[in-house]
Amino acid sequence: MQKILRKIWQTGTLTEAPPAADEIEALGKEVKRIIDQRLGGSLAIRQVDTGSCNACELEIHALGNPYYDIARFGIHFVASPRHADLLLVTGPVSRHMETALRRTWRAMANPRFVIASGDCACNGGEFGSNYATCGGVSRVIPVDLHLPGCPPTPNDLMRGILTLMRKEQPQ
Amino acid sequence: MNRFDWLPGFITLLAEERVAILHSDPILLAPAHCLHLDAEDWGRAARVASASGYRWAGLWGDPVDEQVRIYAVLAHEGDYLVLMTEVPLQAPVLASHTPYFPAADRLERHLHDLLGVDFQDHPDARRWTRHCAWPEDVYPLRSDFPVGGDSPKRAPADVDYPFERILGNGVYEIPVGPVHAGIIEPGHFRFQAVGEQVLRLEARLGYTHKGIEKIAVGRDASGLARLAGRVSGDSTVAHAWAACMAMERAAGVDVPPRALHLRALLAECERIANHLGDIGGICNDVGFAFAHQQFGRLREQWLRGNLAIFGHRLLMDVIVPGGVCRDLPEQWESIIKPQLSTLSRALDDLLAIIDDHSSLEDRLVDTGFLTAELAQMLGVTGYVGKASGQDFDVRRDHGYAPYDGLEVHSPCRTQGDVAARLQIRADEIRDSLNLINRLIQSLPAGPIAVDWPQSVRSSEGLAVVEGWRGEITSFVRFDEDGRVARFFPRDPSWFSLPALEHLVLGNIVPDFPVCNKSVNISYSGQDL
Repeated sequence: MQKILRKIWQTGTLTEAPPAADEIEALGKEVKRIIDQRLGGSLAIRQVDTGSCNACELEIHALGNPYYDIARFGIHFVASPRHADLLLVTGPVSRHMETALRRTWRAMANPRFVIASGDCACNGGEFGSNYATCGGVSRVIPVDLHLPGCPPTPNDLMRGILTLMRKEQPQ
Repeated sequence: MNRFDWLPGFITLLAEERVAILHSDPILLAPAHCLHLDAEDWGRAARVASASGYRWAGLWGDPVDEQVRIYAVLAHEGDYLVLMTEVPLQAPVLASHTPYFPAADRLERHLHDLLGVDFQDHPDARRWTRHCAWPEDVYPLRSDFPVGGDSPKRAPADVDYPFERILGNGVYEIPVGPVHAGIIEPGHFRFQAVGEQVLRLEARLGYTHKGIEKIAVGRDASGLARLAGRVSGDSTVAHAWAACMAMERAAGVDVPPRALHLRALLAECERIANHLGDIGGICNDVGFAFAHQQFGRLREQWLRGNLAIFGHRLLMDVIVPGGVCRDLPEQWESIIKPQLSTLSRALDDLLAIIDDHSSLEDRLVDTGFLTAELAQMLGVTGYVGKASGQDFDVRRDHGYAPYDGLEVHSPCRTQGDVAARLQIRADEIRDSLNLINRLIQSLPAGPIAVDWPQSVRSSEGLAVVEGWRGEITSFVRFDEDGRVARFFPRDPSWFSLPALEHLVLGNIVPDFPVCNKSVNISYSGQDL
């Protein structure tokens, strides 16, 4: 236990000021206001991989590491779409995930937001549209924000979520 | 010991079993050796290979005119032997290798679903990669199948897949997925359990199938490298390297020494980043948040180093046909050297803490045990194999450049449990740090790429590399215009998924996440 405490003390706090501080600070306040007003103080995200190459998931995971620690903005990932305000979708929507994605979206309560995250989710990316893929999330469910990148970095993801929160109404 | 010392003995055994070798070709897929067999003898050849203790390492089919060429890869003592045969496209019937090599099971079913090859005596007639996006009697990889598919309708969920069930008092079924509770790839797991104990686990993948083999057709070399880099995002370097090496062998391109060194540097950086994430993830799955945060921090620092040195956090698209697309930045030494020493010191501290932590040991030791016999039979490589006594590493035993000029050390343990798979990762991080040090010390000067030749015609190549997850094989054939006619990347996940289904048996259901994380298969790499 002593060793653990010593290591924690040595490591210190790593959480850094969000990137492009002015932009994010301004957005952050607005986000907080919207989240407090509309979503009871927290934003719950359900992530669905619809055939990504798994790089997008690696960077979404990184949002939870001590450098980004997205929970400090009142944002957290939940296990059930029924608990979620936001659906974060990666991948070009493989046709084998088409129905699962639609059902997940239907299970969410209103108001609900959808982000198509990564080039594949935006327009099919490297895989495009073919016999096995739909070629983008908006071909299957309504999308509120398209977030390009291969994959979007944690900073891109944070900017995307904040931009979305500034929007007036979900689709 | 010389390469292929064992091959004459094997050929004699084949002759004794009346297997006719139509052609023995050391050139076509060099350095692998190719044996062209009569289709009639396909099953018997596998029986002989199985009795000789060879490892089965992959299968693909390639439709050429009215024939389908079938290739199966066998590995032995660091050499690769490719068995090859042809069957008519109108009636592609062939004996199954699965009765002799359980590892062949799902790859044969995949080949059936995509190309319509009928494997006789296959013990499992169920579909594998196909769900409901295309009908049972059409095959996407055939040339008459349009790349856009022929059904504009929504694909319904694959609800009727016949999972095997266990019946009895108190036995119940737990269906999980394809949409999971966490941030992971989509797949379905069907547990049969009694109380807390897992009696049977059957995985069902195919959810991330996105037509990679089909959309590879017609691409140019750099287009294929980009696609290969997205077969499995966490292995983007390994798959891109394998695909480029296969193309370079097909085209007779010599990659400059500096480019090879940089490729190895990228591959070791990828290995370290993934192992760091996995060690944290394994600890997290048994509730040891301290290690999760610490390894998360180390991984993030490492990815930032990747960005500073190679321009991409996950190292995508740096490897291109003929070399690499960017050289090290001027100040690279001042970035990478402190990073190596910081990581090395942090590992000493953290691994000592992990080692000391008895409650962690209680959860990891003896959990998810995979015997050496099973590991060998299922053909697993990488950390799953190395933790179960399979002392094999492509870099050391098959020796491709630049590793053939370096002494590569590869760890091996025999405990076969989650703790051993964690330890192997830790050992591999240390070995990779060591390799990186030697790679940068011996970094040759010179160009980082050669131009891709315009004269590539009707040729094929096979490459094998050691990805962070294990052995990756990659096959490429160019058509008469120099465009890709066939691409098949074989991820190690094909073999580690069946291993997961076995090693979880007898464990309690709540230990499945940590068993799963310790194997960490790529669904995308398997589904293609």
